[in-house]
Amino acid sequence: MHTLSDRAFTLSIWGAAALGAAAFLWLLGDLAWHGMAHLSWSFLVSEPLNAGRSGGIAPILVSTLLILAVALAAAIPLGLGAAIWLAEYTRRSGALGRSIRLSLDVLAGIPSIVFGLFGNAFFCVFLGLGFSILSGGLTLACMILPIFIRTSEAGLSAVSDDWRHNAAALGMTRASVLWHVLLPAAAPAVICGLMLGIGRATAETAALIFTSGYVDRMPESLSDSGRALAVHIYDLSMNVTGGDSAAYASALVLIVLIVFINTGALALSDRWLTRRITAT
Amino acid sequence: MNMPGPEPLVTYTIGGIESGPPCCEPVPHLRIANLSIAYGSATVLDNMSLDIYKGCITALIGPSGCGKTSFLTALNRLTDLIPGAKVGGSVQFEGIDVLDPNVDLLVLRRRIGMIFQKPNPFPLSIRRNLELPLREHGIRHRDVLEYKIETALREVGLWEEVRDRLDSPALALSGGQQQRLCIARALVLEPEVLLMDEPCSALDPISSGVVEELIQRLCGRLTVIIVTHNLAQARRIANYAAFLWMKESVGKLIEFGQCRNLFEAPKHELTSAYVSGATG
Repeated sequence: MHTLSDRAFTLSIWGAAALGAAAFLWLLGDLAWHGMAHLSWSFLVSEPLNAGRSGGIAPILVSTLLILAVALAAAIPLGLGAAIWLAEYTRRSGALGRSIRLSLDVLAGIPSIVFGLFGNAFFCVFLGLGFSILSGGLTLACMILPIFIRTSEAGLSAVSDDWRHNAAALGMTRASVLWHVLLPAAAPAVICGLMLGIGRATAETAALIFTSGYVDRMPESLSDSGRALAVHIYDLSMNVTGGDSAAYASALVLIVLIVFINTGALALSDRWLTRRITAT
Repeated sequence: MNMPGPEPLVTYTIGGIESGPPCCEPVPHLRIANLSIAYGSATVLDNMSLDIYKGCITALIGPSGCGKTSFLTALNRLTDLIPGAKVGGSVQFEGIDVLDPNVDLLVLRRRIGMIFQKPNPFPLSIRRNLELPLREHGIRHRDVLEYKIETALREVGLWEEVRDRLDSPALALSGGQQQRLCIARALVLEPEVLLMDEPCSALDPISSGVVEELIQRLCGRLTVIIVTHNLAQARRIANYAAFLWMKESVGKLIEFGQCRNLFEAPKHELTSAYVSGATG
C-alpha cells in the first residue's frame, strides 16, 4: 500500500514536470514549425514592407533593444539602491519599510495596461517626452522595478548576518561591506530579479503601445517612436491580414532573444562570481 | 607596548597546580565599571565591574545565556548593530570612553579585534580576506600588503599550508583553517585587544588544539578575552578568569581572579559548584 501511494506520488511529480516542459516545447515547436520558413538573415536585417507582411524586422529589433537598454539603465541603479535601503538601512519590521514593501508588492501585480496609461500620462504628456523609446523604456523600468527590488532585497536579506558582524568587527564601513561582501553574495538573487524583469519587459505589449508607439521605421534617437517586437507581433497577428507567418517568425526571434539574454546574463554573473566571491 | 618582556608561557594543566605566576604585571587595559546590557526590556547582564589586564588572557566562563557574548560585543560596540540593545555603565580603554556615542568606531574596532564562534571568512579568496580590512584602513601599497598578509598567515601557522593557493577560495579551507584565517584577518590589523567568542567550539579537537596553542602564543603581546564553555581549556590557557552566573535570568559577575585561584580556591560557592561540575 505504502509503495503504491509512493509510486503514484512519484509518477504525478514527474507528470507535472513533464507537462510544464511539454507546454514550452509545444509552443516552441509550433513557433519553429510556422516561423522557420519565413525566418532568414535578410528578415533580421531589412526594413518591414507592406505593414510587415514582407520585408524584415531590423528597425523593430533595434527599437526593442534600445527600449530594453533604457529600461535597464533606469531600473538597475534605482532598484539596487532601493533594495539596499530596504535590506540594510531600515529595520525589517519598521513601519516605513513595511509600507514600501506592501506598495511594491501591489505594484508588481498591477496590469501592464495601467502602467501603459500611466506612462503615457506621465512620461509622454506631463514630461513632454512624447511617443518615444525613452518614454517606453522608462515605463518598462517602472514595471520592472517592483519585482527587481523585491528579489534583490530578498537576496541581500538572506546573506548571513555573520559577515555583517565580522566586517563591522574589522572596522569596515557599511558601504564597503556592501560592495565587497554582501552584493557579491547576493548577486545570484539580483541577477534572477533582473532576468525576470528583462523577460517581462521584452514580452511587454500593452505598456508600450501607449508610450513608445508603433512606428516601424528605424529610430534615429531615443526621442523617436519605436515599435517593440511584442507590439509588432500583436499588430501582425491582430490587425494585418496575411501577417501570420511574419508574426510567427518575429515571435521565434523574440523567444530566441530572451533565451540569449538569459544565458548571457547567467554566464556573465557566473564569471563575475568566480572572480569576485568564488563559492565552495 | 610598554610592558615588561614576555614572561615564559604559563601552561595550566588539569590537576593540582601549586602555583604559577600571573603572565605579567597586572596593568589594567580595559576598565569596566557597572556595565549593564539590555535587549529591549530584557536585561542580560547587570552591573559588571572588572579590569582586564594588559597582555593577559582572561577567560569568561559560565552557563549559556549569562551574558558572556553580550559582554564581549559591548567592548567593541558591536551591540550597536543589534536593534534595541542598550548598554550602560562605562568601559575605559587607553583613555577612550568606549561607550561614548561619538567614539570613532572604525578606529576602536581596529584596536579591539574580534573572533566569532563560527569561523566565517568572507566568500572571497584567502588573499582578499586579509587584504580587504587592510585596504579599508588605508594600507594600499602592494609590498606592504604582501608583507603584512604573509606575517599574519605565518603567525597563525597557516602560511605553509596556503602559500601556493592564496587566490583560491577561503571557504574551501577546513573549519580549523578557516578559524585560523579569521584570526589572521583580525591580527593583520595589529589590534591591541582580541575578543574571542568560543573560538574553538565549532572545531574538531585537533584544530581546537592548534587554535589554543595559537592563543597562548599571543599571550604577552595582546590582551585576549576569551569566552569558553570548555573549562579545561580555560584552565589551560587563561591567566585570569571571570565566572558569570544567571540570577533570575540576569547575568552577573560572580567571581573574578587569577585563573588557578578561581579553579582551585574559589571564593564563591557557585563558582566552586560550577568548576567542579556540580552545576551548570
